[in-house]
Amino acid sequence: MTPRQKATAYWKENIKYLFILLGIWFLVSYGAGILLKDVLNNIRIAGFELGFWFAQQGAIYVFVILVFVYIRLMNKLDRKYGYNE
Amino acid sequence: MSVQIWTYVIVAISFAIYIGIAIWSRAGSTKEFYVAGGGVSPLANGMATAADWMSAASFISMAGIISFMGYDGAVYLMGWTGGYVLLALLLAPYLRKFGKFTVPDFIGDRYYSKTARTVAVLCALIVSFTYVAGQMRGVGVVFSRFLEVDINTGVIIGMIIVLFYAVLGGMKGITYTQVAQYCVLIFAFMVPAIFISIQMTGNPVPQLGMGDTLADGSGTYLLDKLNGLSRELGFAEYTDGTKSMIDVFAITLALMVGTAGLPHVIVRFFTVPRVKDARKSAGLALLFIAILYTTAPAVSVFARTNLIETVSDKEYTAMPEWFTNWETTGLLIFTDKNNDGRIQYLADEKANELRIDNDIMVLANPEIAQLPNWVIALVAAGGLAAALSTAAGLLLVISTSVAHDLIKKQIRPDISDKTELWIARASATGAVVVAGYFGIHPPGFVAAVVALAFGLAAASFFPAIILGIFYKRMNKEGAITGMVVGIVLMLFYMMKFKFDMFGGGTQDDWWFGISPEGFGMVAMIVNFIVSLLVSRFTAPPPEDVQEIVEHIRIPSGAGEAASH
Repeated sequence: MTPRQKATAYWKENIKYLFILLGIWFLVSYGAGILLKDVLNNIRIAGFELGFWFAQQGAIYVFVILVFVYIRLMNKLDRKYGYNE
Repeated sequence: MSVQIWTYVIVAISFAIYIGIAIWSRAGSTKEFYVAGGGVSPLANGMATAADWMSAASFISMAGIISFMGYDGAVYLMGWTGGYVLLALLLAPYLRKFGKFTVPDFIGDRYYSKTARTVAVLCALIVSFTYVAGQMRGVGVVFSRFLEVDINTGVIIGMIIVLFYAVLGGMKGITYTQVAQYCVLIFAFMVPAIFISIQMTGNPVPQLGMGDTLADGSGTYLLDKLNGLSRELGFAEYTDGTKSMIDVFAITLALMVGTAGLPHVIVRFFTVPRVKDARKSAGLALLFIAILYTTAPAVSVFARTNLIETVSDKEYTAMPEWFTNWETTGLLIFTDKNNDGRIQYLADEKANELRIDNDIMVLANPEIAQLPNWVIALVAAGGLAAALSTAAGLLLVISTSVAHDLIKKQIRPDISDKTELWIARASATGAVVVAGYFGIHPPGFVAAVVALAFGLAAASFFPAIILGIFYKRMNKEGAITGMVVGIVLMLFYMMKFKFDMFGGGTQDDWWFGISPEGFGMVAMIVNFIVSLLVSRFTAPPPEDVQEIVEHIRIPSGAGEAASH
């Protein structure tokens, strides 16, 4: 691969990760916490109605996990293309 | 020991630590002043970012606001954390690779235009000033209540402390004091939360205690009890809220995108050595922030329940000491409308006799729960740490904008590094004085504008930066038109519905049912559309700018942040 091709391939994979991770980001916050809140509130876990829990707790936990997953994926991708330092 | 002596002791110790750190880590060059020499470890930068981000509003006001808003409070919780996902995935690594000092640097270079840079500098200054005034006010509130000095004296003491370490240490001093401030503020937030959680539910983890059964053995869930109490007094159910779905959606998005576009947060990612470290420190920052942000809604539930149980329909003369203490600050007001000597706290404005300021919930919470004096003092120190760390970060953005973006890049490019450093220090001093003035004489619009600052950041910076990285074909015509249209639209909506200009309007006139706080979402979308359309019909950016875009997409070879 030429450096240019390598860069393009790297960028494509990066974009793919972004779509997947941001998809989950949207689902837990805007999906579960807002749009589907009333439906999910019919499900209860301990004292929490599920929609309320996602909006005030769950989404935030997922956010943290997402960023760390992203860090891992990108470090692996950097190594694969020799961009790690 | 009394609360007051404890407060003096704990606040004095924490201040001594901050000043000590500032002297140890003072800046010798502009690079150290702007980006701490670019050699901060991801862990330290993560903590510093968290302290920078969590302001007096997060520490003092947020849990209180949520306790009055119930479910709707989620807009702040998700909005102010979800933005970090955008920041970590879409901005931090690329801006670090780009390797300049500031956001206007990026906008100016990427869009090969002085106009674009100037627009960006102005946006950065507007956002930072509105923010910093609010912080100074927070310092004043804490001082006046716990150290019983005049609120204005409190502001002045705060100014002197910030001035000392921001002016001396620049980014380097600020970074390391912020690390200490993060430790103080998170400890101060968690200790009372854990105490109260055990007291109310027997569960030492507040995040779980919030959804647990009450400790009184009744088997009732805390949230059910709070919903019941709220219903009785005529409020909406706590887990339900009152805002429309579209408005909750819009506000959350505006806050998220605004967070990702805030200059004082973005600039933190220029301080680490490599792209890899920028990603990592964004992740750590979010983790550190999440500790407070997942505890805050629990504190809101505890505080709300405790408050209702303590005051509702109780004899005024039987109120505990904290009640009268807060009454003297004017943040708690009781008017016995029906003269029965009891406190009626109701949703109905006509019958309600108790007015409670959002800001006192966190500060009064340990007292309401009758926690030991040292815990109460700790909360005061935590509130100060939160306010000071954010104020310092913002002051740095202001001084960088003036010394670097305006004077060095636009007016006098020939000044030496040493002169630039002195200009940066002088403008930081000027900024502290202006911020202090606004803290003492808060213009009525500060509180309203702070929330809207996010909308402004969302409507202006965010699309320009995102398109600059992800769309190579984006040119200066598109970006500038987009920024101008976005910010003007946002300002127009803000002035129309918040300040009654351009004919004003009520809630019924809101476009798409979206409040001014959430309108940043609409303005941002308009910015994106306008930018894309205009760029289609104008010339593509020059070859060397397209090279810059190729370059920032590859993580290796970031090198040090450079000033040229």
